[in-house]
Amino acid sequence: MIISAKKIVKKFKSGLGELYALKGVDVEVQKGEFLAITGRSGSGKSTLLYQLGLLDRPTSGDIFVEDINVSTLSDIERTNMRLTELGYIFQDYAILPSLTATENVTLPLLMMGMDVKSAKIKAETALNKVGLGSRLNNLPSQLSGGEQQRVAIARAIGHDPKIIFADEPTANLDHETSQLILKAFMELHKEGQTIVMVTHEEEYAAIADRVIGLSDGEIIKDSNR
Amino acid sequence: MKAEKLNHKNNSRNFFNSLRVGAFLATRDIKRANKWTTILIIFIMTLTFLNLVVVSGILVGLIEGAVSAVGDRYLGDVFISNLREKTYIEQSQNIISAAKNFPGVESVTARYIEGGTVESNYKINKRRPDDLDKNVPTSIAGIDPVAEDRVTHISEALIEGEYLNEDDYDQVIIGAMLIKKYLGFESPSFTTLDQAEIGDKIKVVVGGNTREVKIKGILKSKVDEVDRRVFFVDKQLRGLIGRYDYNVDEIVLRLKPDADPIAIKNALIKSGFSKYARIQTREDAEPKFLKDIKQTFALLGSVISSIGLIAAAITIFIIIFVNAITRRRFIGIMKGIGVTSTAVEFSYVLQSVFYAAFGTIIGIVLVYAVLIPYFNNNPIDFPFSDGILVATLSGTFIRAIILFVSTVIAGYIPARIVVKQNTLDAILGR
Repeated sequence: MIISAKKIVKKFKSGLGELYALKGVDVEVQKGEFLAITGRSGSGKSTLLYQLGLLDRPTSGDIFVEDINVSTLSDIERTNMRLTELGYIFQDYAILPSLTATENVTLPLLMMGMDVKSAKIKAETALNKVGLGSRLNNLPSQLSGGEQQRVAIARAIGHDPKIIFADEPTANLDHETSQLILKAFMELHKEGQTIVMVTHEEEYAAIADRVIGLSDGEIIKDSNR
Repeated sequence: MKAEKLNHKNNSRNFFNSLRVGAFLATRDIKRANKWTTILIIFIMTLTFLNLVVVSGILVGLIEGAVSAVGDRYLGDVFISNLREKTYIEQSQNIISAAKNFPGVESVTARYIEGGTVESNYKINKRRPDDLDKNVPTSIAGIDPVAEDRVTHISEALIEGEYLNEDDYDQVIIGAMLIKKYLGFESPSFTTLDQAEIGDKIKVVVGGNTREVKIKGILKSKVDEVDRRVFFVDKQLRGLIGRYDYNVDEIVLRLKPDADPIAIKNALIKSGFSKYARIQTREDAEPKFLKDIKQTFALLGSVISSIGLIAAAITIFIIIFVNAITRRRFIGIMKGIGVTSTAVEFSYVLQSVFYAAFGTIIGIVLVYAVLIPYFNNNPIDFPFSDGILVATLSGTFIRAIILFVSTVIAGYIPARIVVKQNTLDAILGR
């Protein structure tokens, strides 16, 4: 088991009082598994991804990544873990506009301490893998939405993370481009990559090994169970 | 166990990686920034640096010009004058001979000084009491024209007419402050000749003798002590004041460039001449008020410069803050994928440093290659000095450091404000 989340509660304060986004969710993810989290808007699916991906801290509950209780880690330790062990793909591509495709992928590798030459080779390998070998030196403004999202995938896989977290990776893409992105995910999965993907499209979730459905902060469906 | 391992990894992921990534981000940001924005920011930094250096430099230069004129035209490098209880320097010729033999002394001049009066327009009819011409009190100086010019280059300060020759008789050079049209203002304490032109005859009363002499030249050195004097050739004045012992009132030494005035002064004192004269270096003899004004102007310059510095720091702060706040989401994403806050902050600090460094370098080039040579060749014509731009290397270096540090702080603070925001909030734009 690579992730084990127990009784995850996340509440927010709002004008109407406390709002529970997650109400004691238990999730386990196996190594090499492709998990899709689905649900309507406001169901808590992205909130769950942020907790599992260490981008946010749950109000209560524990999350273990490879037996490490990440709830007890300091911010610096969590940043370090996100850098070395996890990969992220956000909505809206989320690549840095002042960096070329290669530089965007190189950034986390340099942060890990890799030398520039090795980081560049690794970044180019990742970009080739997602079919962007001819767009290495292009700035994001010179790439289409689908290409930018593939740069984000290359950045997420460039440092060989244990788990990839993808938050609505096809949200801003047309159907055809979305299919290309999903294909890339499937190929990564075939190579043994653990992927946790949030999507509101049932059709896209269907490519995953397992689908969890969330509603109102609770798991209402788990295709494994 | 794994947590410990991770902790260890955290500790071992050194600060260097953050700096490296910060530099990586900063260079790309600068390289791909809008060219005109970058030029504008560097221009502001250049102006700030010039404001820091030039404002105080000009203010100090005004006084420095006056100080330098006093030294060049009046005091020389070593100034020897009579003791307070004496009216002239005893053993003058021995002192002059000894001074000429010191290895560091380049040239020597001696001056006879005597109080007297001058009068012009005394031949015209006086119908009203107001027309009565004034006897203007002044100092009458007797100089060896060649020796004086070698020491003080006084001939270069002539604004009209010609300089004295050794054989001139009944001809004088008159200081501009004794003539109304050159003084530029009227004051009961500064009586002047109403009209005195080149070739005019004036009446000089000195040592109980009255001589009618012709104005050969008019002198404007911007040194009061010089510009309120009437200069005779020493041979004639000696006769007028009956100074047949050749004892003078002022001896001025011009030294070779590498000579130390203090050493020469000490050598003269050691030779026993301090019994007969007051021996001072140029700095000793400089009027105290000039030193005080110099300090005051330096302080004033620093205050004005500080205001400019604060304005520049605020400019950098706003530029970095706007840049960081508009890129808040990207900063969040960077933090999300594991880039440290230090790396992001460092990238902004480096950008500030880049702007400051470029602004400073351009400013230094402008100051030393353009402004200083320009002001040296075209001094600002102030009534009391020829204003130059004074910018010492050490002073410039200190100002560059001040600008640099201010910019680093002004770049760091806004970056820190934006970077410390919650990562997820930044990513989601909340």
